[in-house]
Amino acid sequence: MLEYLLDPANWSGSGGIGMRIAEHLLYTFITMAIAALIAMPLGILIGVSGRGEAFIAGIANALRALPTLGLLILIVMLVAPLIANRLAFAVPAIIVLVLLAVPPILTGTYSGIQNADRDAVQAARGMGFTTLQILFRVQLPIALPLIMSGLRGSLLQVVSTATVAAFVSLGGLGRFIIDGRANQDYPQMFAGAIVVAAVALGLELFFILLERIVVSPGLQRRTKTSFAPAAAG
Amino acid sequence: MGFLDWMSYNAGRVGELTLAHLWMTLTPTFIGLLLALPVGWFAYRHRRAYPWIVGIGGLLYTLPSLAVFIILPMVVGTRILDPLNVVIALSVYTFALLVRSVADGLASVSPETNQAAEAMGMNGLQRFFRVQLPVATPVILASMRVIVVTNVSIVSMAAIIGVPQLGSLFTEGFSRRQTIPIIVGIGVCLLLAIVLDQLIVRTSKILTPWLPKERA
Repeated sequence: MLEYLLDPANWSGSGGIGMRIAEHLLYTFITMAIAALIAMPLGILIGVSGRGEAFIAGIANALRALPTLGLLILIVMLVAPLIANRLAFAVPAIIVLVLLAVPPILTGTYSGIQNADRDAVQAARGMGFTTLQILFRVQLPIALPLIMSGLRGSLLQVVSTATVAAFVSLGGLGRFIIDGRANQDYPQMFAGAIVVAAVALGLELFFILLERIVVSPGLQRRTKTSFAPAAAG
Repeated sequence: MGFLDWMSYNAGRVGELTLAHLWMTLTPTFIGLLLALPVGWFAYRHRRAYPWIVGIGGLLYTLPSLAVFIILPMVVGTRILDPLNVVIALSVYTFALLVRSVADGLASVSPETNQAAEAMGMNGLQRFFRVQLPVATPVILASMRVIVVTNVSIVSMAAIIGVPQLGSLFTEGFSRRQTIPIIVGIGVCLLLAIVLDQLIVRTSKILTPWLPKERA
């Protein structure tokens, strides 16, 4: 079953595994960048003002219940005819990916800011920090673990859904699965599935490593001891 | 073709697909729960095992569902179109997410409660079923709500590889350029998610009668 993966001819050139991985990562990166640009400022606003939380939580829940595949296909069918050039399928697919990527980042950002230690915020205010200084030097660094896990949740969603988007003619690693299915080429499908899984795992591990680097060590120690099984249990 | 025309032709089929969808959502949710209870308990009892079990669960959940549907037949020897692949994949996802909630839920039982149970002469098994598990129930069921709603959506992805359920309405609608089946499919999926979610909310209220009404 691994012969497809082991054949160097399948890795190079246009439509090769190498190019599809690059495509997949490109869609993922574009989506994550747009989603973060929307969700992080909005999350900061909600976190600092304490307003609109219930509204956002409601939307996030509703989005989770919407079947991704149906949403993707519906939006592509409605939006694609409006776009004449070769991006006709990519643009609506990325709209849906962004839609799915926003809620976890948003939730992570505002709950991270709201859960920032009140004493730390008060201390900063007592030291004469302005609201902006408190935000950037105290609240955001403390919120970082939750923001990072929000980003990680989104990334996971996007990598997974970008695969499905091959069904509506998007490039990327899902192509091997869709084309393999159409041609009854199981080795190709299997190879695509293995590579997608490897890319997803690789990104996840990269993110776990990144969290260790960017999150302040003091905060990491605290989150580790937060799980304390009852001694008498 | 209008909506009513389409429905009058396809109502029976939508019913069949809904049943298949329901079966493929519920079976793995229960299997995942049954697996997560003992393993979650183990993770709670053994501090060292906790980060490993939760970490492996997290990595399993990272795997894209479409990829898992295709890799599974190779690993367990099922046929590629077997609905069993969907059931196994979703059981794994459910287990991966739930095991952490079970461990954390059990850990949330206060030491006083545990000591009281011990003083009453309960053995480990009795304590688990009569004290720890009931107290952890709200935490476990809260994450079951998220999981079951997510599962409804993930099941529909299996339409891409040709396993019939509500997702088939999406793929067929796309290939025939019809929006009605897609909208119907989305609607029924939403309905299914809401009904299952509410079912868990009700169950939670019945299982935890000691909690104040608004919290359950």
